[in-house]
Amino acid sequence: MRFTLNAREVELNVAPLARLLDVLREDCGLTGTKEGCGEGECGACTVLVDGEAVCACLVPVAQVEGAEVVTIEGLGDDHPLQRAFMDEVGAQCGICTPGMILTAITLGPRPSLAKIRRGLAGNLCRCTGYEAIYRAIHRAS
Amino acid sequence: MREIRSMLNAVGQSVPRKDGIGKATGQARYADDLRFPGMLHGRTIRSTIPCGRLAAVRLGFDPAGFTVVDHRDIPGRNVVTLIADDQPCLVEREIRHVAEPVLLLAHENREALLGASVALEEEPAEPVFDPERSPTAFKTILIEKGDLAAGFAEADHVVEGTYCTGHQEHVYIEPQAVIAVPEDGGMTVYGSIQCPFYAHRALAVILGDAVARVRVIQTETGGGFGGKEEYPSGIAAHAALLALKSDRPVKLIYDRVEDMLATTKRHPAIVRHRTGLTRDGRLVAMDIEVILDGGAYQTLSAVVLSRGSIHAAGPYRCDNIRIAARAMFTNTPPNGAFRGFGAPQTQFGVEVHMERIAEALGLDPVRLRERNLLRPGDTTATGQRVGQDCAALEVLRTAVRRSGFRRKRKAYAGTGRGIGLAMYWHGSGFTGSGELKLASRATIELTATGVRVLTSSTELGQGTRTMHAQIVADALGVPYEQVEVAMPDTGLVPDSGPTVASRTCMVVGRILQRAAEEIRAKLGDATPAEYFRRHGPLAVTGQYEQPEWIRWDEIDYRGDAYAAYAWGCDVVEVELDRDTWEVRPVRVTVVNEIGKAIHPALARGQVEGGTVQGLGYALLERVVMRNGAMANAQLTNYIIPTTLDTPKLDVVLLEHPYDGGPFGAKGLGELPIDGPAPAVVNAIRQLGIDVRGIPAVPEAIREAACASP
Ligand code: FES
Ligand code: FES
Repeated sequence: MRFTLNAREVELNVAPLARLLDVLREDCGLTGTKEGCGEGECGACTVLVDGEAVCACLVPVAQVEGAEVVTIEGLGDDHPLQRAFMDEVGAQCGICTPGMILTAITLGPRPSLAKIRRGLAGNLCRCTGYEAIYRAIHRAS
Repeated sequence: MREIRSMLNAVGQSVPRKDGIGKATGQARYADDLRFPGMLHGRTIRSTIPCGRLAAVRLGFDPAGFTVVDHRDIPGRNVVTLIADDQPCLVEREIRHVAEPVLLLAHENREALLGASVALEEEPAEPVFDPERSPTAFKTILIEKGDLAAGFAEADHVVEGTYCTGHQEHVYIEPQAVIAVPEDGGMTVYGSIQCPFYAHRALAVILGDAVARVRVIQTETGGGFGGKEEYPSGIAAHAALLALKSDRPVKLIYDRVEDMLATTKRHPAIVRHRTGLTRDGRLVAMDIEVILDGGAYQTLSAVVLSRGSIHAAGPYRCDNIRIAARAMFTNTPPNGAFRGFGAPQTQFGVEVHMERIAEALGLDPVRLRERNLLRPGDTTATGQRVGQDCAALEVLRTAVRRSGFRRKRKAYAGTGRGIGLAMYWHGSGFTGSGELKLASRATIELTATGVRVLTSSTELGQGTRTMHAQIVADALGVPYEQVEVAMPDTGLVPDSGPTVASRTCMVVGRILQRAAEEIRAKLGDATPAEYFRRHGPLAVTGQYEQPEWIRWDEIDYRGDAYAAYAWGCDVVEVELDRDTWEVRPVRVTVVNEIGKAIHPALARGQVEGGTVQGLGYALLERVVMRNGAMANAQLTNYIIPTTLDTPKLDVVLLEHPYDGGPFGAKGLGELPIDGPAPAVVNAIRQLGIDVRGIPAVPEAIREAACASP
């Protein structure tokens, strides 16, 4: 199994049907990707695969062979969205935050509120009521 | 030399969250992110019947490599200790609900663990599901004020009604998670735990003398809302029992289905009102009955009932009140703490009832409330005189003005839109003399670079660390950045009481403010770092001092129920789709009076988050119980609000300082969940649909619409 993970080539010896989520968390030690439901409903496990937001709990690792995978760790610590989430208190408990930020990246520049709402519809947040997340995304764009 | 700061530099400012960077970068460590050498994974085998006896347990796997624990492995007492010691840690014989823990397994390989089959032989008995038919009351409460019969004799009108609320599941996005690690001759439990000292006490009872030292450390926690208040004590015990037997670290994480099926929920309630009014709409008699479905064990039902009944008459003045409340046993998984703690249920009842009263008497709903709202100096149902900070009228008037309520009410009449409002209040801190009994403590110590705050108050996302650091920074006159906040670790921090009851700011924050003032006096002109260099360590531990005016009679439920109340009014606008019978909230105005917003952005976040949880409670979140078990225990069909379900929110915070709170602050965390449900249902009423229960899902709305004249 080879793929690009956060701009680095990785080669792993893992079961092809293993969930990408488990491979990232356990084999690669990247625990910023979270598990909230394991059934594709909460979006806490969102990562980017070739620039698209996907639920890592639903993806068998074999599917990312040769692809480019980005997790929250791939953004470093100074991405404009990360700063905006801090400034606007877009993270309360923070468990949804990595997934929210990665999904927000796919919204493109200056998304309208309607576009943000549609884009984030697969990412659940139980703490914020989403308002601070909208403010953060607006601020970053 | 220390520059003298007399101004508030941190308090009232939206300073950066202490935990902001870790959460935005994915570096924050939640329980499931931790790994220990030799760690095993744990699993819980559960009952499948709601009532009966466990006859036999048969293992259908080769036990090599497995650790298996049942009740006989408990070295101490088989009880999850809380208010009443009625809930076993593991079933011995009697089964009281579906998903009751029977047997524990651990294995180093998760697949092997999940593949292990266990057959339970269970002998079913007749369960009780209806709380009104249950023969067993966990707790009854009677609150009496004035003379009810005389009140009704004075009444020109009497209005009656029954209002029902359903279960609500917390859906913290991080499921329940703990890890027990045998270390240093003791047992350390790391976990997603709201009240580390609750877990600590429970572990001590279950482990008994077998373990010399128990230590509980909170890991970063992905939401709680009450769901990680008492429940993790049992999970911590399960992990610890497996760790004790295997002598290896054991990680016990619930998956979403197990979490929804087995853990506590908000108590369903039935609230009945019979109310006497004069012709001009003055309340002269309120007779209220409250029934909570407690589930199979007591957990916190007695205190949930207490808060629910004290709030049951709403923020209104009336001379003659009777509130008779009971929490009943049923054969369903126990219900427990959930943000609001009984108050959302009873305030749903009273506010929908007030709307029906306005309708029955032909009165304007705002006038009716204005006439009856508590003013400073008025007395509540328990006879408490509310203080100068009572802001009931002001929140109502602000919300009405700001939302354009009157104009829209006229404009929406006869359309597919409706607008409704609800008043609410929420007492901060433990009830009555509860805070006195808790005798909470909090410590501040000097470090080489500033100070460190040590409390058992947990960060659940609400901003505990940040807000405590702000209070200490300003009380001490040091920059916010120089205040560190320690993770709650029962081996390190004093018991500051549980992180519940909207008390973390008002009560624990107050102790910290006092302790900081004491340190400030000792420092003289030195900064904390200078003092530390010259004189070495210094720590001050403060203890809560309840305001001396508080009088509370626990037997008769008379007196000062809470040190302070926060006040709220919600106005909700809804739209009905007549084809799908779906009601969508389109705009919500929230006005909350909270004493002082220590951190305005965090405070706003609490209001927005609580309001959306309340909208979910009102319209979407339905727990379907079938034969005593949640039939829709998945996020696929238990629906919480998404970005597409949330309306435009307009939040206004008002500040009437309470002088017993730090810098005037009262409690806030729970207040905003009290209002949305009744306001939504009152907006639906404007559409001519007589809904008296929640969740108001499309089926319920269609049924009510067909029944409404
Ligand atoms: S964990 Fe993948 S969507 Fe919830
Ligand atoms: S911040 Fe807690 S779930 Fe979003």
